[in-house]
This record gives sequence, C-alpha cells and structure tokens, in this order.
Amino acid sequence: MTIAPIRRTIEVAVPPERAFELFSMRMHDWWPIGHSISDDPRAAIEMAPDPGGWWGQIGQHGTRTQWGKVLAWNPPGQLLLAWQIDADWKFDPGLVTELELTFTPVGMNTLVTLEHRDLERFGESAEKMAEQLRNGWPGVVQAYADLANGRIECAPACSTA
Amino acid sequence: MTNSLQPLEALADPTRRAIFERVARKPQSVGELAADLPVSRPAVSQHLRMLKEAQLVIDQAQGTRRIYRIDPRGLGLIRAWLDDYWGEALRAFQKFTDQEGI
Repeated sequence: MTIAPIRRTIEVAVPPERAFELFSMRMHDWWPIGHSISDDPRAAIEMAPDPGGWWGQIGQHGTRTQWGKVLAWNPPGQLLLAWQIDADWKFDPGLVTELELTFTPVGMNTLVTLEHRDLERFGESAEKMAEQLRNGWPGVVQAYADLANGRIECAPACSTA
Repeated sequence: MTNSLQPLEALADPTRRAIFERVARKPQSVGELAADLPVSRPAVSQHLRMLKEAQLVIDQAQGTRRIYRIDPRGLGLIRAWLDDYWGEALRAFQKFTDQEGI
C-alpha cells in the first residue's frame, strides 16, 4: 500500500537565502511550541548543517530529544530531512520518512514547498495508533475536527508538555 | 497533481464525522449507513466519496454491495494529522519571516 505524499506550499516575503536560513537555523523561533515530544520544555531546536546531522529539540533541563536528521543540506534551494517521529510521537531510529523543503525565488519572495513522503512507512505504528484509538473513536475524531476548525492547538495524542 | 479534500476538513463536517465514526466501529455498506442516519442514500454516497478522497476510508466489493471501512492501518488518520501539522508549521514560519522582515 502506498499513500500520497503531503504537499504544502507557502510564499514568504524574503529571498530564498534568507528563507532557508530562517527555516533551518532559527527553527526554535517559529516552530509551534505545542509541538513538543518531550516533558522537558523546549528551549532550543538544533539542526546540524551536514548530511547525517542531528535534528531535534533541547529542553530547559538539557534533555536532547531527536526528531530526525539532515539528509541533504543544499542552501538556498533544498533541504532534505529525515522525519523519524512515529505515530506515538516518539523518536524511532528505524523509521525514516523524507521531508523535503524547496525554496524557489518568486520575484523578491520565496515559494516554500514542503513534501512529506514515504508515509506508508508509518505502517506498523499506524496499526498501533488505530488499536489505541479503537476505544475512543468519537472523542478522537471530535478532537481532529476541533483541530481542523482551529479551536485547539494540538489534539490529545500530541504531547503538549 | 491531485487536489484532494484535506482530511481534517473532511472530518470537520458533522455528517461526515458521524459516517466516519460508524464506519470506524463497524465496516458497512451505504445502505446500512443511510438507514441509520437522517440523510439520503445519495448524500451518504457523496460523503463517503469525500472521505475516500481524503484517504480516511477504503471500500471493497462484497457481492453486489460495497463495504466501507477505515484505512485498516490507520494511515489515513496519520496523514490527516500530519497534513494539519505541516500546514500549521508553515503558517508559523510565514508569520515569523514577516516579523523578521527584510
């Protein structure tokens, strides 16, 4: 079974060089704070700018929680990351899904395209997730709907620290 | 490029959510769903088509009927989740670049 990649685009009012830099090196300053997978409140996000480079969050108490790694670092046009967070919002070294960011100039602005692919690799953990959810479908689905309607920041399965 | 309905938007509609919840509890046909809901059969079919497009349910022929079930591996839900996750992250990034300016 394959599953269609997620594609999202957004235009930002800075040139590609700047967009790439802000996206990668200043991630902590914009990445939604609710998106934390550790009990140690997030103090920084680190991304080592080389293939194989460590990518993850660092807590206020120094806990290092990996999210994935850098697969290709090609400023200003492309950043290829491995997203290794499973359906339980835990780092899984055996899970590698590709997250590709491309930065394309549009006049003075940049079109940022995000593609998250290899989603079928979530297979095993997706099964686990479905299992967990079987008891509480209505609540979970309501939570998804609330999320979609912007009523809450983050649904229950997502650790909010 | 397919321009499918966003999974979370698909679930934001109360009728579609009711259909999805019923299908999640027990795989069933359009007829069974329509009998259980204050909605016409064609309307149920239309909602199922949108849920299918959003990769939240799949269907399977069983004799002359089509039985709907949720994606057995939960991938539709994960996709729904991540789709919204990345949407929110990119919106946050856009806002940040606006603040940073120049």
